Amino acid sequence: MDAKHLAGQLRPLLSRHRKDRASLVPMLQEVQDTFGYLPREAMMEIAFYLGIPASAVYGVATFYNQFRFTPLGRHPIKVCLGTACHMRGGQLVLEALERELEIKVGEVTEDGEYSLDRVACIGCCVMAPVVVVGDTIEPRLTPFKVEEVLVKLR
Amino acid sequence: MDLIKLTINDIPVEVPKGYTLLQAAEVAGVYLPTLCYHPNLSTYGGCRLCLVEVEGMRRLTTACTTPAGEGNVVKTNTPQIQRLRRNIVELILSEHPHACFTCERRDRCGPMDICLRNVAVTERCVTCPKNGRCEFKEVVNYIGFDESNLPYAYKGLRVETDGTFFDRDFNLCVLCGRCVRACQEIRGSGAIAFNFRGPEAVVGTAFNNPLGDVGCQYCGACVDVCPTGALTEHGNRFAGPVDSIATTVCPYCGVGCQLDLEIRNGKVSNVVAANGPANKGQACVKGKFGLAEVVHHPQRLTAPLVRRNGGFAEVTWTEALEYVADNLKKYGSEQVATIVSAKCTNEDNYVIQKLARAVLGSNNVDHCARLCDAPNLVGLTMSFGSGAMTNAIEEIGDASCIISMGSNTTAAHPVVWLQINRAVKKGAKLIVINPREIDLCQKADLWLQQHPGTDVALLMGMMRVIVDEGLADQEFINARCENYEAFLESLKNFDLDSVETMTGVAKADIVEAARAYATQKPSTFLSCSMTQSSHGTDNVLAVANLAMLTGNVGKPSTGVNVLRGQNNVQGACDMGGLPDVYTAYQSVAEPSVQKKFEEAWGVKLNPNVGLSLSEMMAAALEGNIKAMYLVGENPVLSDPDAKHVKEALEKLEFFVVQDIFLTETAELADVVLPAACFAEKDGTFTNTERRVQRVRKAVDPPGEAKDDWWIASEVAKRMGGKGFEYAGPEQIMEEITGLTPSYGGISYERLERETVQWPCPTPEHGGTRDLHVGTFVRGKGKFVPLEFKSPAETPDEEYPLLLTTERSRFHFHTSTMTGRVKGLKKLGSEEYVEINPADAEKLGIEDDGWVKVVSRRGEVKARAKSSMATPVGVVTMTFHFAACPTNTLTNTALDPVAKIPELKIASVKVEKLTDSG
Ligand code: SF4
Ligand code: SF4
Ligand code: SF4
Ligand code: FES
Repeated sequence: MDAKHLAGQLRPLLSRHRKDRASLVPMLQEVQDTFGYLPREAMMEIAFYLGIPASAVYGVATFYNQFRFTPLGRHPIKVCLGTACHMRGGQLVLEALERELEIKVGEVTEDGEYSLDRVACIGCCVMAPVVVVGDTIEPRLTPFKVEEVLVKLR
Repeated sequence: MDLIKLTINDIPVEVPKGYTLLQAAEVAGVYLPTLCYHPNLSTYGGCRLCLVEVEGMRRLTTACTTPAGEGNVVKTNTPQIQRLRRNIVELILSEHPHACFTCERRDRCGPMDICLRNVAVTERCVTCPKNGRCEFKEVVNYIGFDESNLPYAYKGLRVETDGTFFDRDFNLCVLCGRCVRACQEIRGSGAIAFNFRGPEAVVGTAFNNPLGDVGCQYCGACVDVCPTGALTEHGNRFAGPVDSIATTVCPYCGVGCQLDLEIRNGKVSNVVAANGPANKGQACVKGKFGLAEVVHHPQRLTAPLVRRNGGFAEVTWTEALEYVADNLKKYGSEQVATIVSAKCTNEDNYVIQKLARAVLGSNNVDHCARLCDAPNLVGLTMSFGSGAMTNAIEEIGDASCIISMGSNTTAAHPVVWLQINRAVKKGAKLIVINPREIDLCQKADLWLQQHPGTDVALLMGMMRVIVDEGLADQEFINARCENYEAFLESLKNFDLDSVETMTGVAKADIVEAARAYATQKPSTFLSCSMTQSSHGTDNVLAVANLAMLTGNVGKPSTGVNVLRGQNNVQGACDMGGLPDVYTAYQSVAEPSVQKKFEEAWGVKLNPNVGLSLSEMMAAALEGNIKAMYLVGENPVLSDPDAKHVKEALEKLEFFVVQDIFLTETAELADVVLPAACFAEKDGTFTNTERRVQRVRKAVDPPGEAKDDWWIASEVAKRMGGKGFEYAGPEQIMEEITGLTPSYGGISYERLERETVQWPCPTPEHGGTRDLHVGTFVRGKGKFVPLEFKSPAETPDEEYPLLLTTERSRFHFHTSTMTGRVKGLKKLGSEEYVEINPADAEKLGIEDDGWVKVVSRRGEVKARAKSSMATPVGVVTMTFHFAACPTNTLTNTALDPVAKIPELKIASVKVEKLTDSG
């Protein structure tokens, strides 16, 4: 996202909040709602606006699981690591996806196609381990089946 | 003081009210394991290792956060507490390498304080860079741990061994948060914070950027407080316990931080900030990381050098000293000049000026303080009766309003910034007056950006507002000051409209600053280099007027506080390193003083005031000064109009330089005498707040290098001087205290126990924290009427830009010392000309492109860098680098009173070059 465009959208958003450390989390939430993630430049702007170091903003942002630091891919992939999925090999599925997409969990592929995240239980424990791709639930995955799932998307 | 009685493990103790249970335990001599606690940091209560049981309290409580209560019955090691502690430690150790704790051979393996090797992955204590000094190991050993029930996982984080001064291995981090609190709370840098949480929690920077990009000052505060091997400086990684520690004083700036030099194998391996009264456990990058390398630098001078056949030949001390004495004897007393050193100890300076006055026979004694501090001395003496900083550094943190003028405090005096930071955190108003947008502006409530050289007008404008709005402290003025009416008269010309035009500062801002300073008391005024201008004395007088007008003198956290540039400028002045005074500013022209010194030294003394530094150089150029004895200074780089200085020094018939390196100046000498540096000698420095502190010998000097006082005494003796048979610095100090009223109560024995701020006339006297309490040193404070004079040189068509000089955080003075530290060089490696982007565009200058800066006196080449920090019409350079002698350009127009050259301002033109030419 180009910096000017971002700054234009950010300014009115920021100015709705008081210059007070207590505004930090609500501001981050609003930025995420607007952009779908927390752009680095936005966090810098927030730091500047509140007059606190950027490290303090980043520290708080990374503390909460609700924030992401890369935009969602066109095909957001979420791997469930709730207890049931975890017990049935969710971690292995996640690692397979990391290898296949050549990104780490929490990141997005360079072409912006896929993003990879982990989620806690989504309530489909009978189908464990599951992965959610866009709106589709892929049941009973194994590391080997990961490739098939991705092929379907191409 | 209210005392509280309590018992700890049945040991009765009495502690002052406000002590925590942890402090009380310390008093009782009971050890409590702690990790997150550090005496210099705010309490956090995060690690919960200091749990104690207090009778009557329902739950266990953390001793570091709980205040001691009357009658408390405290138990620190019940089985329940030990069990809880063990669980905590076990949890930490589940992700902290601990093979050495559980190894069955540990008792046979040696004392666990040896270090095996420098390894890439630290997986046990004996391969840890901190081994032998780890606080965490102490804690674990206290609790006892030989078997773990939890699985162990190595975090596998990248070990950052590419840091400029220190390495970071967060696999060893125990998340105590000390480094984060040091960086955020004490230093105000906020370079690091906790990122992520739970098992992923780690100390890091914003976006994991490199430290250099996130505002890290490389102060090393984080390293000094880290209990584990997570943060370790290069000097002492894998080095095991230290052999000894010498507590001494930093040789760079005038703050006078106390430092612990850690010594291994006869060398200073690294430096840890000590708890001195000025620095309170902190230091800056220069003191922390810029010393060990300098002390043991291969280019240190190790033998006396005499010029022969166009080159230098090494000779013995006897040869060198006789050669110097024989040559100096040839000249009449008015033909010789002596330059003492603001880097040397008081004892050194005393002996050198005694050599000049008692043996060489003239008062041609001066030092580089001319270049930055003489106007303060002259101006403040005129107004208050003493030229010294009025209050103590530690008081700044308690001020309600701080004006910082012409002082790039975060770079030039980083440890003073910590006090400003402390005040700002408590809600003080910070007003920055500076033409450039320095870092401090970001922290300021108000930034007044005046045109360079219009300081007097701005200050007078503020005073006019204060008078007009009735905010002046009439009671103070009537009771303690004089000449107020005449001063009021001179305010007439400074109505707001005119001042706005003269200074370029908006009226509203002038009013706001004036009101804040006059009403939010106590207000303190900080400055340093603004005095480098051809009417520097006027600037200081204006500040003094402002302080008196509002009653902000002679009280805690007020005053006019001029921060000295070099470590011992204050001491060099106090010791009589000036052409008109003996020690403690006793005039050479005053017969009773002359008599006193004649009796003490056993010689006839010269009552004529000598030449100042700039006059010496001019006289040398004219051939009137023929010989010079120069100690620890580098005027070829530091003096204004460097070209002439070089010519003058080259013209000398006989030139002796005494220094630790072969500086640009020493290269011109006939004899170069190798001196011991601060780490190799005993003595005292007097810091900017008049605090006399002990310098202690840590290591032996290299080769044949000797103490400066010894060299000067030997020269004196060979010239027939009497009273130079000193056994050591302590004996010299005894002579000084006898002749110097303000040092009268000082002795080495006393300095072992405490530091002393002069005036301290008798051994019973407690020293003087604040000057001018109750009455001014000169009796009444004197208002001095002022008018506005424009700078000696103003931009014109030919030279359209104003050049001002600056200091870098990473270098000190002419970088004779700092330039020899690899890490500091990396951070600020060459001269840049800073220019506003608008001017750069007009001249077609690109970033990093070479330009030529030309003034009426000379020209230099450097790379350009455009920066919004520099206003339109102004260019900024530092004066740290020999490759680009900025002072070739600057102006020698002298301040009429203080005889200080106008180093800060010169008119220049900037031309684009096609290559480095
Ligand atoms: S060196 Fe100083 S500024 Fe840098 S991270 Fe450590 S404490 Fe913070
Ligand atoms: S790096 Fe050191 S000081 Fe910082 S949290 Fe870790 S162990 Fe504590
Ligand atoms: S240079 Fe100054 S601030 Fe830095 S450590 Fe030395 S005395 Fe302290
Ligand atoms: S030392 Fe008290 S909680 Fe850490």
